[in-house]
Amino acid sequence: MISERMLNLTVIGGLLAVALAALVLDQPFTITLATRVAILSLAAVGLNIALGLGGLVSFGHAAFFGIGGYAMGILAYHAQTYTPLDLGLFTVAGTKSMPVIWLVAMVLSALAALLIGLLALRTSGVYFIMITLAFAQMFYYFTLSWSAYGGEDGLSIYIRNGFPGLNTLVPIQFFGICFVILCAALYLFHRLEHAPFGLALGSARQAPMRVETVGLSPMRLRLVAFVLSGAITGLAGALFADLNRFVSPTMFSWHMSGELIVLIILGGVARLIGPVIGAVLFVVLEHYLGGMTEFWKIWLGVILLLIVLFARGGVAGLLSPRKVGHD
Amino acid sequence: MSFILIVEQVLNGLQFGVMLFLMAAGLTLIFGVMGLINLAHGSLYMVGAFAAAAVAGWTGSFLLALLAALMAAALAGAIIEMVVIRRLYATDHLDQVLATFALILVFSEGTRWVFGSFPLFLDIPDYLSGPVTLPGGIQYPLYRLTLIVVGLLVGLGLWALIERTRLGIQIRAGENDREMIAALGVDISKLYTLVFALGAALAGLAGALVGAIQSVQVGMGEPVLILAFVVIVIGGIGSIKGAFIGALLVGLTDTLGGIFLPELFKLVMSPAAATSFGSSLASIGIYLLMAAVLIWRPTGLFGARA
Repeated sequence: MISERMLNLTVIGGLLAVALAALVLDQPFTITLATRVAILSLAAVGLNIALGLGGLVSFGHAAFFGIGGYAMGILAYHAQTYTPLDLGLFTVAGTKSMPVIWLVAMVLSALAALLIGLLALRTSGVYFIMITLAFAQMFYYFTLSWSAYGGEDGLSIYIRNGFPGLNTLVPIQFFGICFVILCAALYLFHRLEHAPFGLALGSARQAPMRVETVGLSPMRLRLVAFVLSGAITGLAGALFADLNRFVSPTMFSWHMSGELIVLIILGGVARLIGPVIGAVLFVVLEHYLGGMTEFWKIWLGVILLLIVLFARGGVAGLLSPRKVGHD
Repeated sequence: MSFILIVEQVLNGLQFGVMLFLMAAGLTLIFGVMGLINLAHGSLYMVGAFAAAAVAGWTGSFLLALLAALMAAALAGAIIEMVVIRRLYATDHLDQVLATFALILVFSEGTRWVFGSFPLFLDIPDYLSGPVTLPGGIQYPLYRLTLIVVGLLVGLGLWALIERTRLGIQIRAGENDREMIAALGVDISKLYTLVFALGAALAGLAGALVGAIQSVQVGMGEPVLILAFVVIVIGGIGSIKGAFIGALLVGLTDTLGGIFLPELFKLVMSPAAATSFGSSLASIGIYLLMAAVLIWRPTGLFGARA
């Protein structure tokens, strides 16, 4: 049993140490795996704001992940083919600049989260789960038939986008970018959890009637959380697309939404470090179990079942239990 | 755009709709009685289709194949209910989503392990193949017509089961107050296993019936599962009547949208643009329908509970 603060520092420090050790030992593939962990963690930290703090079981966060991915894909595609992007009223040039892509990815996914949230948050419980799932599927089918950007074949981007002052093609530099963003998102999550907004959001999860009687609107709190959550997951989507230099409708698939929830549950719901632990476990399982058997997802399924049935609170809950159980 | 084409497409939409109803009825029943969201329902559809394909390949009989589908899916349903699902009734929806998502992984990869990644084929029997001439001189495949009839009959049977039998009374009582009927001496855990197996059998039947016109492969249940979710969100969760109306709406919207939207846009755009825009819009048509219903009625057309 270790303190939560210690656990957080160990996990984050461990991720950085693995990447640096891989740099010293000249193992670029391990750095790429660590980058994958950082990006998946970031996506799950985003989801954790809605799911962990707000209690909103979104089964459609792949929508924002995919929108981020396609924001990167479309902008970089127009930049690499030197064709303008026609937006109807006016045209813009594509770009290979990461900060611009990130901004677009976050704004678009926040916008999508606002629209989906306005509809889905009218309901709760199972309806919310199914509606978020259905809207993510809508994007999935739309991109599948969107022949201008590759349809089901997806879009390949030949050269990774650039960041001023860095060479993003060097694995450790790209890892650095993702790691810093992940740390920033974790810091944001931590501040949010203890800020008046986060406390109100938590109360809206536990006792919405009381929140309403003190004059706050649970719906508005949840909507803000959902939009924020979508924007962060969207940013992760743009980075993920940049890591693979490829986007396809699979980023929108419901397996993606499911896996993001799995990351959080593996690690521990509403725990700051939960998504990172979950992502580490997921990538390690995927890489090592996947190397042993083609059917590794059977074992992922079994592990997941065991955690849901017997180890509520995830790995963070096992290593550093909280005195008061979360609902 | 002839009258015959329109009738054909309406029939196709109905056929798709009644098959969706078989899926959605089980889902909505399980949610209504046990309050459980079951993502693994699509896996039961797949189990039915694989059992049918295996038995049809082995015996050559389509009826035995259907029977095998019903039994395999019901058995798989009863087993997962007793081993896993039973522990989830008291937990929140997040745990249910995760555990049943885990079941999908186990079922899909397990089936891939046993049967391989190549699709299996289930043939339509001779006595159901070929076209049939409908009044008005319309030629329509006999098998698809049979699916519509079977779907409607199953719907009718389900209605009779729930409204007219003792089991139906228990199911309806279970929806309203589970503590009370347990106190009255009904073995609630047996009832739950039975309802779950019934829902599973309906999904397995749908899988086998549709498997004969599409290919039988791993993951075939997932798109249908998500459509079934859309159906029960539109119809109202827990309502069989809602599932029926919702399934027909979704089936017709999806089929007719794919055919008529491109034609409609050709009136105002170039043919190429109309085809591409129309088919993109048609692919998301049912989700737009769902959004419209939600704005109008957040708990679906026939949903009582908030």
